[in-house]
Amino acid sequence: MSSNVPSSSSGAAGSADSSAPRRNSKRPKYSRFTQQELPACKPILTPRWVISAFMLVGIIFIPIGVAALFASREVVEIVDRYETECIPEEFRNDKVNYIQKPGNKPCNRTLTVPKKMKQPIYVYYQLDNFYQNHRRYVKSRSDEQLRNNDSASDTSDCKPEDYANGAPIVPCGLIAWSLFNDTYNFSRNNEQLSLNKKGISWKSDREHKFGKDVYPKNFQNGTLIGGAHLNESIPLSEQEDLIVWMRTAALPTFRKLYGKIEVDLQINDTIQVSLENNYNTYSFNGKKKLVLSTTSWLGGKNDFLGIAYLTVGGICIFLAMAFTVVYLVKPRRLGDPSYLSWNRNPGGH
Amino acid sequence: MGIDFELLHKMKGVIECPIPDRDIRRFDANLRLFPPFIDNDLCPLTIKNTILQSCYLRNTEWVCGVAVYTGNETKLGMSRGIPEPKLTAVDAMIDKLTGAIFVFQIVVVIVLGIAGNVWKDTEAVKQWYVLYPKEGPWYELLVIPLRFELLCSIMIPISIKVSLDLVKSLYAKFIDWDNQMIDQETSTRSHATNTAISEDLGQVEYILTDKTGTLTENRMIFRRCCIGGIFYGNESGDALKDVELLNAVSSGSSDVIRFVTVMAICNTVIPVKSKTGAISYKAQSQDEDALVQAAACLHMVFVNKNANTLEINFNASIIQYEVLDTLEFTSDRKRMSVVVKDCQNGKIFLLSKGADEAIIPYACAGQQTRTFTEAVDQYSQLGLRTLCLAWRELKEDEYQDWSLMFKEANSTLVDREWRLAEVCQRLEHDLEILGVTAIEDRLQDGVPETIETLRKAGINFWMLTGDKQNTAIQIALSCNFISPEPKGQLLLINGKTEDEVGRSLDRVLLTMRITTSEPKDVAFVIDGWALEIALKHYRKVFTELAILSRTALCCRVTPSQKAQLVEILKSCDYRTLAIGDGGNDVRMIQQADIGVGISGREGLQAARAADYSIGKFRFLKRLILVHGRYSYNRTAFLSQYSFYKSLLICFIQIFFSFISGVSGTSLFNSVSLMAYNVFYTSIPVLVSVLDKDLSEKTVMQHPQILFYCQAGRLLNPSTFAGWFGRSLFHAIVVFVISIHAYAYEKSEMEEVSMVALSGCIWLQAFVVTIETNSFTVLQHLAIWGNLAAFYIINWILSAVPASGLYTIMFRLCTQPSYWITMFLIVVTGMGPVLAIKYFRYTYRPSKINTLQQAERLGGPILSLGNIEPQPRSIEKDVSPLSITLPKNRNPVYEPLLSDSPNSTRKSFGSSTTFDFFPSQSRLSSSYSRNCKDN
Repeated sequence: MSSNVPSSSSGAAGSADSSAPRRNSKRPKYSRFTQQELPACKPILTPRWVISAFMLVGIIFIPIGVAALFASREVVEIVDRYETECIPEEFRNDKVNYIQKPGNKPCNRTLTVPKKMKQPIYVYYQLDNFYQNHRRYVKSRSDEQLRNNDSASDTSDCKPEDYANGAPIVPCGLIAWSLFNDTYNFSRNNEQLSLNKKGISWKSDREHKFGKDVYPKNFQNGTLIGGAHLNESIPLSEQEDLIVWMRTAALPTFRKLYGKIEVDLQINDTIQVSLENNYNTYSFNGKKKLVLSTTSWLGGKNDFLGIAYLTVGGICIFLAMAFTVVYLVKPRRLGDPSYLSWNRNPGGH
Repeated sequence: MGIDFELLHKMKGVIECPIPDRDIRRFDANLRLFPPFIDNDLCPLTIKNTILQSCYLRNTEWVCGVAVYTGNETKLGMSRGIPEPKLTAVDAMIDKLTGAIFVFQIVVVIVLGIAGNVWKDTEAVKQWYVLYPKEGPWYELLVIPLRFELLCSIMIPISIKVSLDLVKSLYAKFIDWDNQMIDQETSTRSHATNTAISEDLGQVEYILTDKTGTLTENRMIFRRCCIGGIFYGNESGDALKDVELLNAVSSGSSDVIRFVTVMAICNTVIPVKSKTGAISYKAQSQDEDALVQAAACLHMVFVNKNANTLEINFNASIIQYEVLDTLEFTSDRKRMSVVVKDCQNGKIFLLSKGADEAIIPYACAGQQTRTFTEAVDQYSQLGLRTLCLAWRELKEDEYQDWSLMFKEANSTLVDREWRLAEVCQRLEHDLEILGVTAIEDRLQDGVPETIETLRKAGINFWMLTGDKQNTAIQIALSCNFISPEPKGQLLLINGKTEDEVGRSLDRVLLTMRITTSEPKDVAFVIDGWALEIALKHYRKVFTELAILSRTALCCRVTPSQKAQLVEILKSCDYRTLAIGDGGNDVRMIQQADIGVGISGREGLQAARAADYSIGKFRFLKRLILVHGRYSYNRTAFLSQYSFYKSLLICFIQIFFSFISGVSGTSLFNSVSLMAYNVFYTSIPVLVSVLDKDLSEKTVMQHPQILFYCQAGRLLNPSTFAGWFGRSLFHAIVVFVISIHAYAYEKSEMEEVSMVALSGCIWLQAFVVTIETNSFTVLQHLAIWGNLAAFYIINWILSAVPASGLYTIMFRLCTQPSYWITMFLIVVTGMGPVLAIKYFRYTYRPSKINTLQQAERLGGPILSLGNIEPQPRSIEKDVSPLSITLPKNRNPVYEPLLSDSPNSTRKSFGSSTTFDFFPSQSRLSSSYSRNCKDN
């Protein structure tokens, strides 16, 4: 191709035919791209290929599923739902009123360790039916104000919790305002279990998102008190409960880290929890749970991945076998030209 | 005019001209010069005296002129206009689907808006931390629907327009670049002027083609002639080598000399002498060129044209003629004449040449015209172009009287063309017919093969020509346009009056209806006059006929009729392609869905007006089957994929709203959303412009596969529903897996969002992979490179402390659960798609699948006749036809025109035979019409 093209063009140039349009000056060099002739691999879905692909996926998936399920099952988890039990009997008809009363609302819970738990044991609080992802809520914060001391008045996104008594709120916004304020204290056999509350938030948040020189100001001073108060002498970068809370959850059921217990718990240990039940989840029927959990390479206790892997792997193997059977029972030659019936019945408009 | 050079700038005068219009073939104006130049004489100006805007001067050093129209009022400026944008069928379908998606979007917004408000009133008021104000203004109700409108606005992919424009310009570039579509003789490349309609090429259903210069080479060669009843050139096939003719010329037979003189000077040819002394001719019409060349071979050399004086070199003696008037050729008059004065004896002659029906009726009373009519018939049976030559000696006073009228008609401003025709008519009568010339116009290489292939692809051909019926039929036969009896049947529509045409039409329609079930090539033939009546009075019947008929020959049609025929087919919702080479095809080309111009000898007018210009007719095959088909396939995938990916992300947003209190929260941040649409998902799909489902060779061998494109099998509401379902399924997979794998302590917003986004990116990479038929390096690079780029970009974003994504991607990439989740999403999402595709591919294969399998497994490919172009010579074309050439004329002389009044009975006979033996006739047919049974 490339060899005879130049010769013909020179031949044409020599002829006296001036009426011929001259577009050959812009002739690109022959290339496989311009001729759409790039070497191409053209796979087709042969039975062998498809069946072995499904088989392979199934074979890979089932061990992973088993491993994931084991990992999840190895995690020891203690969940204690307490939002109803921590209301004294006489107030159970009007929980909202009880929780909104000023004063301490102590509550004692007892947990039994079902299996040996190796340290570190993570302590979470779990809220159900709490929409941290609500549009009005999730936007109601000022990252600039949290990071930078000079931007205290940068509260434009924080409405309606932006100003109180004529001064900007630091930290402003609904998220900070509704900070979770139940507290937990653990003891085993009347011996205080120390709870490490350092390092429960993301390191990157402490260092870059929350300023070392930003102190809470004018916080929870408005007419409505939301959640927890903050110690105004501690900079935001060390208010780890706030930092954890401000990492909003994407789901209405979520757990947030409260602290870490850095001793092993033995089987049948009983743990007394003295908690202060302050946070109002009663007006929207939200649940509150206290969770103690160990962790695995896959994270916390979550059977979903394991079960999903086993199911999908099983289906893949089933499909592979079904296809094999169908292929053997009803073999069909690929590319059989007898399927090419161009001579269809004419006149069938 | 003999005005002194220095006086030119002192010239004063008035030009009367019409108001600016767009007709570049007419300029009816007058020039009146003030004394002392030409005393108040009216000087007619025509288009011949005008130089259009942006013309080049040739063969002269200077011209002297006056600017008549300027700026946008020039003829070219006016006719430029704004070309009506052509919308392809694919684009129309995409618009329709976009409309459907828009309606869907509105429904979603309304439903979610209402749900959101209900949730707000019942639930959100209890969620104290959201702090909804107790009482809000009434428009608060609108806030949630508007938020959903914002969320769902990505449902209609904006990127589709950009992507489509990009790939369409690449399709056009591929046409420009194609080395297999270069005309080697003139080294003309194919060129796509309109870059937006390549997909339509793959959906063509009707091709309307010009004959001369399109199917034929438009290289006219003088082959035969009949002078005074004697046929020359019948034996050798070349009159110029016929010894008898040469002898007659040298012996000075007066008939022959006059004949050759008319050949040499009755024209508008300009001889150009080169430096070496060789004479070349500049002719507007190829026929005239051929005649002058032939005359030169017969020793009548047209040497020079100086103002109004012609010089002829005959047997080494110079003869001079003065051209008094030129009665120009128009397509209505179908003849041209010159009035010349022999400078030696002062005699005035009228020399005419033209189509037989424009000359023979005007023969002088005594002359026998039968031999000439026979000659014309015989020649046109051979597919030759005929011209009758005639002359008359004029008396001095007759000429003078007429000349005044002519001049007057020439300077009218209104209806000049018509007035001129009328005046010319007064002179062109009582002609003495000298003879008939036959000019051969060879078929271009590969025309029969191209037509055969394209008809197998289910494309119907109509030939629209200005030529005679017989010539047209012969050319049509020789290029597979119609099949000879008994396989083919020609139905003739004729008649001079409304009734006749109506009856003829009804009869043809009846026959056509009967024969539609027959595997028979039925074509109808109609001439310009009958067409005019049919279009005017029987439009409905004619339209029905047009739908029924695969093939049609329209002879003697004018440019505007060509355009009307295109219009009729377009009104039946057919995709039409018009191909032509000359100025008379321009209207048809512009009217059709796709206009293809052949940049040939009749200049570039058609090629300029066309959407595509090619060098030769045979490239049409490649243009349609390769470029058109690939373009359609690629666009079908690209457009539906664009909807798929937009819907995918949008469905996830909608699902997320159900777990975020129907408040309209966006799961994805704005940067990711923007990058998803314009970057992550656009790049891989753009390389689908390199995808080829079947190799070019396979497509050429099985042109029937074009049916899938014509019928729109790859892009229609049902395929779109498949993509819609796929995006819904994938959205469910991504969403459910993401929120379950990242539940509880891992449910951090940014992380879940990034998991879902990565899931979408992974899935779309595999979707593109599974839908790609051929992988080149570029495809691998784009698909997997894009996946890598997604991670690189997000790592970069995760390294910027100010961004919301800070550290997110690093955290995720170190978690085994992230990778396990991705793997799960891909397998769950793609498994069913692969299984269904495999099942269809193996057990319900489409024709495309079967061919793919056959092609790639190297299995036996059923080849329905090898359609490689074979070199065809003129002898091969003509000789089998000349066998059927009868020497004497009889009523069954035209076997093809079985519906002509002469042979009606015969045609009925043949069709009844077919009724009796339908199975036999089916066996004998090699193919039948690919019907649209979708």
